[in-house]
Amino acid sequence: MIELKNINKTFKVAKRNAGFSEAVKALFKKEYTYIHALQDVSFTIGDGEMVGYIGPNGAGKSSTIKIMSGILTPDSGECIINGRTPWKDRISHVKDIGVVFGQRSQLWWDVPVIDSFELIRDIYKVEDTEYKKTLSRLIELLNISEIVRTPARQLSLGQRMRCEIAASLLHGPKILFLDEPTIGLDAVSKIAVREFIKTINRENKTTVILTTHDMQDIEALTERILMIGKGRILLDGSLTELKTRNSTHKTLTVDYSGEKLPVSEHMTVAKDMGGHAEIIIDTAFLTVSQAISHISSMVEVKDISVTGETVDEMVVSLYKEFEI
Amino acid sequence: MKLYFKYVSMLLKSQMQYKASFIMTALGQFLVSFTAFLGVYFMFSRFHFVNGFAFSEILICFSIVLMAFSITECFVRGFDVFPRLIQSGNLDRILVRPRGEIFQVLTSNIDFSRVGRLLQSILMLAYAIPKSEIVWTFDKIMTVVLMLIGGMAVFASLFVLYAGISFFTIEGLEFMNIFTDGSREFGKYPLSIYGEGVLKFLTYVIPIALFQYYPFLYLIGRSDNIGLIFLPFLGFVFMIPCYCFFKFGLRKYKSTGS
Repeated sequence: MIELKNINKTFKVAKRNAGFSEAVKALFKKEYTYIHALQDVSFTIGDGEMVGYIGPNGAGKSSTIKIMSGILTPDSGECIINGRTPWKDRISHVKDIGVVFGQRSQLWWDVPVIDSFELIRDIYKVEDTEYKKTLSRLIELLNISEIVRTPARQLSLGQRMRCEIAASLLHGPKILFLDEPTIGLDAVSKIAVREFIKTINRENKTTVILTTHDMQDIEALTERILMIGKGRILLDGSLTELKTRNSTHKTLTVDYSGEKLPVSEHMTVAKDMGGHAEIIIDTAFLTVSQAISHISSMVEVKDISVTGETVDEMVVSLYKEFEI
Repeated sequence: MKLYFKYVSMLLKSQMQYKASFIMTALGQFLVSFTAFLGVYFMFSRFHFVNGFAFSEILICFSIVLMAFSITECFVRGFDVFPRLIQSGNLDRILVRPRGEIFQVLTSNIDFSRVGRLLQSILMLAYAIPKSEIVWTFDKIMTVVLMLIGGMAVFASLFVLYAGISFFTIEGLEFMNIFTDGSREFGKYPLSIYGEGVLKFLTYVIPIALFQYYPFLYLIGRSDNIGLIFLPFLGFVFMIPCYCFFKFGLRKYKSTGS
């Protein structure tokens, strides 16, 4: 159970204008601006939930993750994770969590991955039988049996990421924080990582909190999303909720032969190039099947496809709506 | 403790991946301190005594300081390169692991190539011992051991202090090297040759004289006060403020982070 209540965090940032004389001036007198990284952030995440934490760069995602993992202390507010305050009870708290920073490695660079795993086992004091069980399962699920004997520096990004994720789960944490786990990965690795996250969430009941810019991650993985912008929580709800809220329009792309395309009410032709057209329908008044049957009754349809608003577009429109 | 040795073997394995680099660095370390030795040697071929100390006595002093320094630098290297740990974000990784911060910084980096310097100091000591007129009774041997231990304590404290400062500056501060690398350099000679003021500073502020000058006086028979050989223990007292300062810096990091 993760509970954040009115978390505030302000960073003091030194600023100066460009130029040499300004740099000299800044040596003696510094001016500071205050950046409100987090303002009154509150949310609750239950055990076994999988939550996507999204927001533009600099919105405060990483700060929140750092507070929840005990790296940062907030200025004010309360954060209780499994009954403990992370920054006060650091050592016992971190035994329960696993953290993957997508852009940083936790493996020892020059030694085979398996050696890193063994050291992590000792750091977390994982029992040997338990460790062997967890390890063989992780190796199987992440398909890394062939690469664990390779030094981390020789792995590709996708291979390394799979090993990173395994490394952060060796001690069987109840909560897993993933900070951009799919950044820079190819399609195959991305899908492998997503599948794995799903499995671990379903079978181990591990709570997963995932920050990402990749909306496909969100679509594939999470039911619930939290959106943060300029340090505030803007949205907390399910993905389907967001979809129905935002998408009342669908686009039909039609290849047809025949006369001019017929349109009825609540249908607008966005593009018609004689034989190929895009029609936007207002789903609040007209269902997709109604629209299709209407069109096919008038012309001969060769090909037709329906697209809703993509999650990417939805997020962009949300960012616009909240002006972030 | 077992975990510490596991870290040691891991880091040793890592560094042995680059054998050529390791050997060259160790050799470089050896040569650098060898030139320092040559400097002392040539000076003594001109002047036979410096402030009343003979060549072999200076060499003993020099080798003990160098030995304490190189052992410390090898095992406390994590604090020496601490600014890198902050910049690379690896300090965050340390904070999400269930072990003490000091322990994890210590094990983040151990620089085995310092063995070059260590070797140099051992050779120098081996060269100086037969030349000196010290009668090696038990208490004299103990003096050397305690000087070494006290020296390591003080040097380690200085590295920790240095790391503590880098919480505030992010970059390391070059002036701190006066106290770390610097004290290795001017610790070659018994500190009294620098005059009363410096000696006082190095006794009460940065307690280098406690493990170097005072027990050294007993070692070479300038003083009969056996109490002097226990002064190096006071070096451990110096650890306390340095440790507290590091902890203070860490709290500040936790509240600014990024």
